[in-house]
Amino acid sequence: MNDIPNTFRNQPDERGHFGQFGGRYVAETLMPLVLELEKEYRRAKADPAFQAEFDDLLEHYVGRPSPLYFAPRLTAEFGGAQVWFKRDELNHTGAHKINNCIGQILLAIRMGKTRIIAETGAGQHGVATATVCARFGLPCVIYMGATDVARQQPNVFRMKLLGAEVIPVTSGAKTLKDAMNEALRDWVANVHDTFYIIGTAAGPHPYPELVRDFQSVIGKEARAQMLERTGRLPDLLVAAIGGGSNAIGLFHPFLDDPDVRMLGVEAAGHGLDKQHAASLAGGRPGILHGNKTYLLQDEDGQIAEAHSISAGLDYPGIGPEHSWLKEIGRVEYTSVTDDEALSAFQLLCRTEGIIPALEPSHAIAAVAKVAPTMPKDSIICANLCGRGDKDIFTVAEHLGVAI
Amino acid sequence: MTRLSSAFSRGPSLVCFITAGDGDTAANLGALVEGGADVIELGMPFTDPMADGPAIQKANLRSLGAGTTTADIFSMAAAFRARHPQVPLVLMGYANPMTIRGADWFAAQCVKAGVDGVICVDIPPEEDPELGPALRGAGVALIRLATPTTDAARLPAVLDGSSGFLYYVSVAGITGMQQAAIGTIDANVSRIKQSTDLPIAVGFGVRTPEQAAEIAKLADGVVVGSALVELVGEHGKAAPGPLRDLTKALADAVHGAR
Ligand SMILES: Cc1ncc(COP(=O)(O)O)c(C=O)c1O
Repeated sequence: MNDIPNTFRNQPDERGHFGQFGGRYVAETLMPLVLELEKEYRRAKADPAFQAEFDDLLEHYVGRPSPLYFAPRLTAEFGGAQVWFKRDELNHTGAHKINNCIGQILLAIRMGKTRIIAETGAGQHGVATATVCARFGLPCVIYMGATDVARQQPNVFRMKLLGAEVIPVTSGAKTLKDAMNEALRDWVANVHDTFYIIGTAAGPHPYPELVRDFQSVIGKEARAQMLERTGRLPDLLVAAIGGGSNAIGLFHPFLDDPDVRMLGVEAAGHGLDKQHAASLAGGRPGILHGNKTYLLQDEDGQIAEAHSISAGLDYPGIGPEHSWLKEIGRVEYTSVTDDEALSAFQLLCRTEGIIPALEPSHAIAAVAKVAPTMPKDSIICANLCGRGDKDIFTVAEHLGVAI
Repeated sequence: MTRLSSAFSRGPSLVCFITAGDGDTAANLGALVEGGADVIELGMPFTDPMADGPAIQKANLRSLGAGTTTADIFSMAAAFRARHPQVPLVLMGYANPMTIRGADWFAAQCVKAGVDGVICVDIPPEEDPELGPALRGAGVALIRLATPTTDAARLPAVLDGSSGFLYYVSVAGITGMQQAAIGTIDANVSRIKQSTDLPIAVGFGVRTPEQAAEIAKLADGVVVGSALVELVGEHGKAAPGPLRDLTKALADAVHGAR
């Protein structure tokens, strides 16, 4: 670590930069709106009524605080550190995504916007967005790659039940990256009335900051719950990373606790030497979707197709704050393959009676590697950021089971 | 006088866009010049063209599918410069391919290939350090975009550090959409003219000679892209003929306003 700052929690700077990362790389048409969003977010943050409404919805609609759970049989299985889970899979709609959607739709309403758009990969963010739109009575358009529409039919149906229009995106590789391109195209054409609810801690400033702030409820709760239950802070935090919103939400409130180590887990897909979605491990800094960050790309800066068994991690970029945290060395990052995640998925089902989503299965697979190397009195807190109902078809297919 | 300023000094100019590496680029560019294009915009293909509609998206994919590299694009530009020493050539594209080897590298390649200016869709004035200083230092014009959402408070920031010409995007939206009402374009262009001496070229949604003629009466340049790119998509290797014909009709319409 060179040049250790005295706090890791005051990023980004006033121009939206996390070190060399982040920023506002958008078309001129969007720039005035992005500046306006930043102003409105500052006002909302300073407004106790906004915070109160957010807290109230999280408590009574989402079901927060989510439990902090000690996993005894998994701990025994690994034979090392105690394994604890932050149970964000118990939220309404089954993942952490809803925390952010509540915050953003309140902002949209403050700004007088009357139409909501979003991108989705696995469909979790799409379902969470459609949910808050139904709750507040706003029309909702979800862009989803045609490939993902085909492999995530249950979520497509959920979104439609919730009243959203789901538009299959047939450009490019027809996955999350292309859905995001299409959402941006919609946004430039409808700037006057439309709010874009971005699903992860990425995109142009102020999105990485505000998504992080809304998701930080995870880490704030975990920190207080851990202190109350054990009288101390955890030794290691572990979270899976697609764009990085559940991870930054868990990590951020602990960044200034020097004894708490953190591990972000990217998707290594078929392996880092093959097709994968680990932008920190296999990418280089570049500019895409409004921010500068690590990206999977070729030497000409053309963006590569990512691959992960988990549609929610299947993205060739990562939120800019993670790129910065990697470069300054505050957070460690590793990666886990499809096969390792599948094994961890099954292990959690059998040892704890919890069916996790494939995304946090990556975090569990990383815990499986580090827990045995740590002393028995040490504590790991992993983010169980989604439940696996949406993934049982994918898992069955990989296990060769017809359902 | 630069190639760009002398082109615009002759009166309303026709600016023609095609995507590099889509079809036979040398022949297509030749056809645009023969047809009477005053300025050439050569699109740098990108995997994720967020500001483009279906026509130019497809052109990007065709070009990348054919294996076009950044080195190829600069060879095409250099060959164009050798054949057409007087016609201004501008590269248009997205930030990542332009900055991936460093802005200084990109600016130096532009100079070497005889590129007169650069339009980067996703570097607003707020992120100018990413590309602007390198281009200005190398004497390559940085052509910025102004849009219907660029209000009076923001316009000075857009103009600061711009050179070559100002590209006025007539509609809030992506390329290939419908053109805005002529009255709105007129009002916006007149407003911008009060703040700058740079030539103003209007684009997005201009397809026909009739539209081009109307815009040429109130702006210094008319940009046509999707309509030309669609011809390349439709005719492939046989595109130069149809490209020349459409360009000629557009050029006659634009130059008629001189
Ligand atoms: C359950 C779950 N976890 C994680 C992710 C990845 O996103 P992020 O890295 O922003 O948390 C997703 C995305 O769809 C998800 O559904």
